[in-house]
Amino acid sequence: MSDTKEKRELSLPVRLRKLFFSTLYLSTFTFGGGYVIVSLLKKKFVDELHWIDENEMLDLVAIAQSAPGAIAVNGAIVVGFKIAGAAGILVSVLGAVLPPFVILTVVSFFYSAFKENFAVQAMLYGMKAGVSAVIVDVVFDMASGIVKGRDALLITIMIASFAANYFLNVNVVWIILVTAGTGALITVIRNRRGKGDEK
Amino acid sequence: MTYIELFLAFLHIGAFSFGGGYAAMPLIQEQVIDKYHWMTIEDFTDLVTISQMTPGPIAVNAATFVGTQIAGVLGAVMATVGVCLPSCIFVSVLAWLYVRYRNLSVMKGVLACLRPAVTSMIFAAGLMILIPALFPDGIAAGAESFQVRQLIYFSAALLCLRRFKIGPIKVMIGCGAAELLVRLAMMGLVR
Repeated sequence: MSDTKEKRELSLPVRLRKLFFSTLYLSTFTFGGGYVIVSLLKKKFVDELHWIDENEMLDLVAIAQSAPGAIAVNGAIVVGFKIAGAAGILVSVLGAVLPPFVILTVVSFFYSAFKENFAVQAMLYGMKAGVSAVIVDVVFDMASGIVKGRDALLITIMIASFAANYFLNVNVVWIILVTAGTGALITVIRNRRGKGDEK
Repeated sequence: MTYIELFLAFLHIGAFSFGGGYAAMPLIQEQVIDKYHWMTIEDFTDLVTISQMTPGPIAVNAATFVGTQIAGVLGAVMATVGVCLPSCIFVSVLAWLYVRYRNLSVMKGVLACLRPAVTSMIFAAGLMILIPALFPDGIAAGAESFQVRQLIYFSAALLCLRRFKIGPIKVMIGCGAAELLVRLAMMGLVR
């Protein structure tokens, strides 16, 4: 892996400080989910600071998506890891988590008073319908992507896991483990077959 | 004891929420509502709403919120550390393996299969919010308690999101503001 020029020039504390303030800033002003923050991380660390090259960033994002957990946190971890190893991970996770932590702590302290308020009650009532619509909208996009792929296996997984979760109350963790196992098995079989054809 | 429970519950949420964002929802619901009874579905719905309007992932927001509610700031720290720890471990190991072997094909295969499962589980969690909003006394109670206004807001919101591509935060606030106006108007009429 070739280190880019600027990265070698800066000392570790300088890099860590820059890493912390970058993730802190991005995390504070990112509304609307993990994928937004991933594209902002790319803009900052690839296009602006040139600390990571473009293709490597794509792979790092793939890693962030493959692991469990919030994409925003995982994205910060891969960037921190790439730039400054274990210390980088610590610093960038702290930067990513601090803003939501502070905001939600404040919200939480005022929650009971907040909930009793007439205007807040009305807003929260109406927003329930809004949140449901946002979720349905997201699900619709995800599901139509899967259906358009016309992969019978994936469509079966989608239907079966809905039935298992919603009607049969199967634990979410079991569904994830069984699906992940299936995916690993099928990929290994397909890879073997692919190699067999080449011979 | 509560601190340890908070830590473990959120460790569990962090370790199994594949796919980011809404993927954590069914897991939070399972641990926080069904298993530990730290929250009602009502509070959970408010939390999801608040999460939408504040920066940060739902899982981190939930950890902070539930932690503070149950055991103060230290509880929030325990829950938040719990939810981030699996990420730190898994991502570092994967990144290390990647640097070492650069082979992502099995990982990609696993992800491709997980995506439809995660989609279904998010949908199921969404229904857990939508159905009580429409039928606060349960579906069995039927037409009597059916919330017509919620159905109108829901349909209008979906139309705005899909047809007119209006941002989710604006749509949600719009729904809330509509209800506030309706209630103010009703009070005006009563007077």
